Amino acid sequence: MNRITEKFEKLKSIKKRAFIPYITVGFPDLNLTYDIVLKLVESGADIIELGVPFSDPLADGPTIQKSSQKALESGTNLIKVFELAEKLKNVVNIPLVLMSYYNPIYRYGIGRFISDLTNCQISGIIIPDLPPEEYGEIKHLADEHDIATIFLIAPNSTSERIRLVAKESSGFIYCVSVTGITGAKNELNKEINLLIRQIRLITNKPICVGFGISNKKQVMEVSKIADGVIVGSCLINLIFKEESNPSMLNILGNYTSDLAIETKVNL
Amino acid sequence: MELPNKEGYFRIDKDNYFGGKYVPELLMPALEQLNQAYQEAKEDTDYRNELNHYLSQYVGRPTPLYYAERLSRKIGKVKVYLKREDLCHTGAHKINNTIGQILLAKRIGKQRVIAETGAGQHGVATATAAAMFGLTCDVYMGSEDIKRQALNVFRMKLLGAKVIPVNSGSKTLKDAINEAIRDWVTNVEDTHYVIGSVVGPHPYPMIVRDFQSIIGVESRAQILELEKKLPNYLIACVGGGSNSIGLFHPFFQDKVKFIGVEAAGLGLNSNKHAATLLSGNIGILHGSKSYLLQDDDGQITPTHSISAGLDYPGVGPEHSYYKDIKRAEYVAVTDDEALEGFRLLSETEGIIPALESAHAIIYTAKLAKCLHNNEIIIINLSGRGDKDVESVSEILNL
Repeated sequence: MNRITEKFEKLKSIKKRAFIPYITVGFPDLNLTYDIVLKLVESGADIIELGVPFSDPLADGPTIQKSSQKALESGTNLIKVFELAEKLKNVVNIPLVLMSYYNPIYRYGIGRFISDLTNCQISGIIIPDLPPEEYGEIKHLADEHDIATIFLIAPNSTSERIRLVAKESSGFIYCVSVTGITGAKNELNKEINLLIRQIRLITNKPICVGFGISNKKQVMEVSKIADGVIVGSCLINLIFKEESNPSMLNILGNYTSDLAIETKVNL
Repeated sequence: MELPNKEGYFRIDKDNYFGGKYVPELLMPALEQLNQAYQEAKEDTDYRNELNHYLSQYVGRPTPLYYAERLSRKIGKVKVYLKREDLCHTGAHKINNTIGQILLAKRIGKQRVIAETGAGQHGVATATAAAMFGLTCDVYMGSEDIKRQALNVFRMKLLGAKVIPVNSGSKTLKDAINEAIRDWVTNVEDTHYVIGSVVGPHPYPMIVRDFQSIIGVESRAQILELEKKLPNYLIACVGGGSNSIGLFHPFFQDKVKFIGVEAAGLGLNSNKHAATLLSGNIGILHGSKSYLLQDDDGQITPTHSISAGLDYPGVGPEHSYYKDIKRAEYVAVTDDEALEGFRLLSETEGIIPALESAHAIIYTAKLAKCLHNNEIIIINLSGRGDKDVESVSEILNL
């Protein structure tokens, strides 16, 4: 069984939700990314989303654009990402998911990409600019190697598209909380409730909510309705702010546990 | 054969194709809605009549196919015709597309339009059509381009549009498209994105091509009338590729050679150029699969051209298709050569071309040396050069 699926089954049996932090690999640099991942695991992450930097991240807001730019400047590419993942696989016992725009993957070679994912024990992929329609080029290989393919559903998805995405997704379904790009927001979109109920009617695959989630209250609210919570920009903002602070890792750790704990309250 | 097919692919065989819809899920409903609206509009006589009305009464179509006799004599023994898109209202071919798309936006019920712009011609054409139809218009423009196209920035503002500077990445056309897509993702309910070239996800490359095909349709009828035969060559500049596809596409089945002229900037070996088809590799950018200028890691590389309208690391998927099936030939000329073309047409014909179109002019002059007597060439004079006069005056000492 895929480790992501395993994780959700385990969480479900104890009635808890998954806390899924996102970080940009190579931001602020590759060595720190290693430490950050370990810190996130220690602070209660159930799954970690590793973002591969891209020069033109068109689904991302200013925060992740900036971190991607910095990661590229520090020399990050897919080869380096896999080197890091190779090191992590022996020390991290939670599932890792890779997020990448499609062009770096296409250029790297799809066969080589999937085989490196398998070697590094990365359990799933999110490719924000590869909707199910274009997924044919990669699907066959991903399925064969039991790599979960996580697709996005948005507030404006039609019921026809929800059905398509629900059918093609494995691991979990990534439910986008806002009509827009990534970036920290203070309030949770009220319509998300409705959307999740709509998805539940179609599938019993786990649903995780991301985009715009940045505080305890939002994490708590999402935990009541979804199977997992994804946060990204708020962590990246914090790293930017504390970049030169020697205790950055501890500050990040405390901040993360503080959010993660909201996914572990009894339901 | 239907090009592209229903899925939006320009398909060569099972494994090789260009185009498609490589976009975030949030945009999929809007693309389906647009495609649906376009298919219906195409069949709707009222829509077509309305479009034709504005094209003739507002844009000034048909544009002349002008025999450039002095230019022809100067460069060889060929007969060069200029398709005078520079005479369109707003000074370039871009408005053929913006009128069509804004009529579509109205049909779908969207009150706001956004656009990206490089040289500013597409921004001006969108702002113009938006002003005429009373829609709100925001134009994204790289801050680098804002500097070199000051006149067009002022025109857009005068037309009531908001010009939003883009400071990310290389601060040029590519980044303006990124920012326009992000805006569209966020405001997709009430906003239509008027893409200015034959790029982006399906159905855009098809829709923009269809609107621009009026250039080729008119040229074909005009040359048959004037010369009683088809031309030997069609020559046009290629950035994203809308003016060239517009000229080429209606001649697809004819025995007519297509030549697309890309921007070689400071030279093809300089790393400072925008010759995507000549030196790029296949990849995915801005929603479609096509040739791209990218590095070994699949990161998009910075481009350079003296002409802001050609300064783009991608190209329309239909051009990639034409290249790979060898239907069209793609060449490139440098900034310096383009400047020569700029002067050549000004001095021989009294027409100041856009720097973009000057690329096609100078390539024609080079080609003419090796052609036979009376071979017929149609150049798409895609825009007029007023917008470039200020920046060229800083380079040329007259």
